[in-house]
Amino acid sequence: MNKKRPKHLALHLIKLPLPGFVSILHRLSGVILFLSLPLLLWVLQASMRSIETYTQLMEILQHPLSKLVCIGLLWAFLHHFCAGIRYLAIDLHLGSSLAQARASSKWVMGISLLLTVLIGVKLC
Amino acid sequence: MGDGHQPVIDCFDRGKAMLNRVVTGAHYGLRDWLVQRVTAVVMALFVLFVVGYLLLQPRVDYDVWTRMFSNNVTRSFALLFLLSLFYHAWIGVRDIVMDYVKPASIRLLIHVLVILALLMYSIWSVQILWGF
Repeated sequence: MNKKRPKHLALHLIKLPLPGFVSILHRLSGVILFLSLPLLLWVLQASMRSIETYTQLMEILQHPLSKLVCIGLLWAFLHHFCAGIRYLAIDLHLGSSLAQARASSKWVMGISLLLTVLIGVKLC
Repeated sequence: MGDGHQPVIDCFDRGKAMLNRVVTGAHYGLRDWLVQRVTAVVMALFVLFVVGYLLLQPRVDYDVWTRMFSNNVTRSFALLFLLSLFYHAWIGVRDIVMDYVKPASIRLLIHVLVILALLMYSIWSVQILWGF
């Protein structure tokens, strides 16, 4: 066996097509959401426990840094959500042709970014 | 290998291969594929329910927010959402770790830590939802 066969993993040379980019962002956003689970559960707890912890939480969320984190997590959620819906549709053989899959990956990128901006502006 | 015969695996090697597979391999493919999609649908429905409910309220404050969880149906739906989330996260993280972490020992360590974290989150979720 030829042990010097090329591995084709020169990441800076690989130009991912948009559906591939959406796929890797699906993984990235999933990891981001997983790592933020303790934070999100803590936020849920504070929001429900009492009116005092709720008010305190709302004050913390007014801080510019909290808003930045919120918008980042919002994008991760929206991208993961939209890309996930796209995969469910493809599993049902909806839009699984190459042209349709390329088009829907554009929609996923566009809608998740647009919603992030719209909701982000509304929250700030 | 190049002589056209199947490679011979002795008992020791095969035992080792099976042990590796049992500890870190993905031999539960179809079930997890299905679970990943079912949990995704459960989560999507809950998210749409919460967003829809809150959009229908004239304003959202502490009372409106907690009243939503005041009956056991919504509370159970919320717990179902969180447990689906943790199961979904386990499959996703495990697949990513299997793809990018080669050494079996580190991979196993990460798997154990992720499982323990998700189990603790499950207990915490019950405390959050039924503790107020």
